[in-house]
Amino acid sequence: MSIRIEHVYKSYSSYPALDDASLEIEDGEFVALLGPSGSGKTTLLRVIAGLEEPEEGRIWFGKRDVTDTSAASRGIGFVFQHYALFGHMTVAQNIAFGLTVLPRASRPKKTEIRTRVDELLSLVQLPDLGARFPSELSGGQRQRVALARALARKPKILLLDEPFGALDAKVRRELRVALRSIHDDLGLTSIFVTHDHEEAFTLADRVALLNSGRVEQFAVPNDIEKLPASQFVRDFLA
Amino acid sequence: MRKGDQLREPTAVKALLIAAALAYFGLMLLLPLGTVIAEGLKKGWEAWLAAVNEPDARSAIKLTLAVAAVSVPLNTIFGVAAAWLISKYNFRGKPMLITLIDLPFSVSPVVSGLVFVLLFGAQGWFGTWLQEHDIEIIFALPGLVLATVFVTFPFVARQLIPLMTMQGRASEEAALTLGASGWQTFWHVTLPNIRFALLYGVLLCNARAMGEFGAVSVVSGHIRGETNTMPLHVEVLYNEYNFAAAFAVASLLALLAVVTLALKSLIEWRHRDELAAKF
Repeated sequence: MSIRIEHVYKSYSSYPALDDASLEIEDGEFVALLGPSGSGKTTLLRVIAGLEEPEEGRIWFGKRDVTDTSAASRGIGFVFQHYALFGHMTVAQNIAFGLTVLPRASRPKKTEIRTRVDELLSLVQLPDLGARFPSELSGGQRQRVALARALARKPKILLLDEPFGALDAKVRRELRVALRSIHDDLGLTSIFVTHDHEEAFTLADRVALLNSGRVEQFAVPNDIEKLPASQFVRDFLA
Repeated sequence: MRKGDQLREPTAVKALLIAAALAYFGLMLLLPLGTVIAEGLKKGWEAWLAAVNEPDARSAIKLTLAVAAVSVPLNTIFGVAAAWLISKYNFRGKPMLITLIDLPFSVSPVVSGLVFVLLFGAQGWFGTWLQEHDIEIIFALPGLVLATVFVTFPFVARQLIPLMTMQGRASEEAALTLGASGWQTFWHVTLPNIRFALLYGVLLCNARAMGEFGAVSVVSGHIRGETNTMPLHVEVLYNEYNFAAAFAVASLLALLAVVTLALKSLIEWRHRDELAAKF
């Protein structure tokens, strides 16, 4: 599903976190939000998710204006940097959460939920781990569970906040490959936040470079490297 | 001498420190508790039972349990609500609210009781109005509950605020993005995350609610068999030189506290795997 961000403004106490940020993402794209810390990339992702309210500007999912829609009703999947798994639930219960909180009328049967959980576990290459607790898993495994959980309701849009930030280099590479293939197989529109430009350039179709709450450049990696739009972009990539 | 040995105390010092700690522990904690129980049972089981079973004592026990049964749930609900607000949201006046929650800890319980007398007593602000409408607060159950709620207000909130602040909003945000409503998020995510701290807060709150003396003493009016809670009943008996009965009721009160703590340990022990897994 396409995503349109129009002139979004958001400030924390006095300094602006997002200053007239606009972005148009096409259906099926894999986009990286790249920038130094404090550039507003995480804030922008959270505004898209509905976890933060913009002071000005609109957010569109396809033809739907979701600016005033709550995070719970936006139909997105969100993956947090530190997983945010529910520690008192098993892996299977974590993954099933999005389905078990559905109103009774639209909630799948228990057996259907179990089948869906198994499907998702094999999608993230963790079959047979459903009965474990998150504390018994490695960081990479936890992030895979978080990914499976975010996909349970079959969202069209997947948002990831520094999803590899807490992982070591090898696990990071494995998870990147897995994420890219899941994105392609499910036909998702995905946005991920990162401060690592190598990661952004190898993984994303297009990269949005943020600086002081503005989008400095939004283009395919090749174009950014060949034609940096500003001195800031040149410095950041150096 | 090896290097590590310099960090190790000589055996004599170690023994002395341990002995001092044990002596202090015994003198300050075990001895008083033991004395209360020993004095209570001095004249034998039957005298103990008689003292506890006497009508005024029974009424005091009932009243104490009734006051706790009303004030503990109230403070649980408000404590959770306050902790939730303080730990999950940013708003103006937050430090002020935290200070206010601590107020009952810093104010003398006698003053706390007096406040309610000044408000609802016969000469108080609302006294005339209450008399006209035939509502009894001071020298009656509502007054006892009010005073107890005030004194025990911080226990649940204080127990939860540091934990919930540390946990942050991530779990709740995850639940929201997964489509859960606010109530579902609270019930399935927030509450399980805080249940042990909540339980501990409730038990402490309960122990204090049953044991509170100062504030309750001011609003009670000391009507035997009617507005005397257990701690007040103990005082009355003691002032009448009825030491055996006073200690019998006191030992029962101490027993309630010990049971409370035992209950907490039992729950912790039964969920030890879960607790170990989480931290």
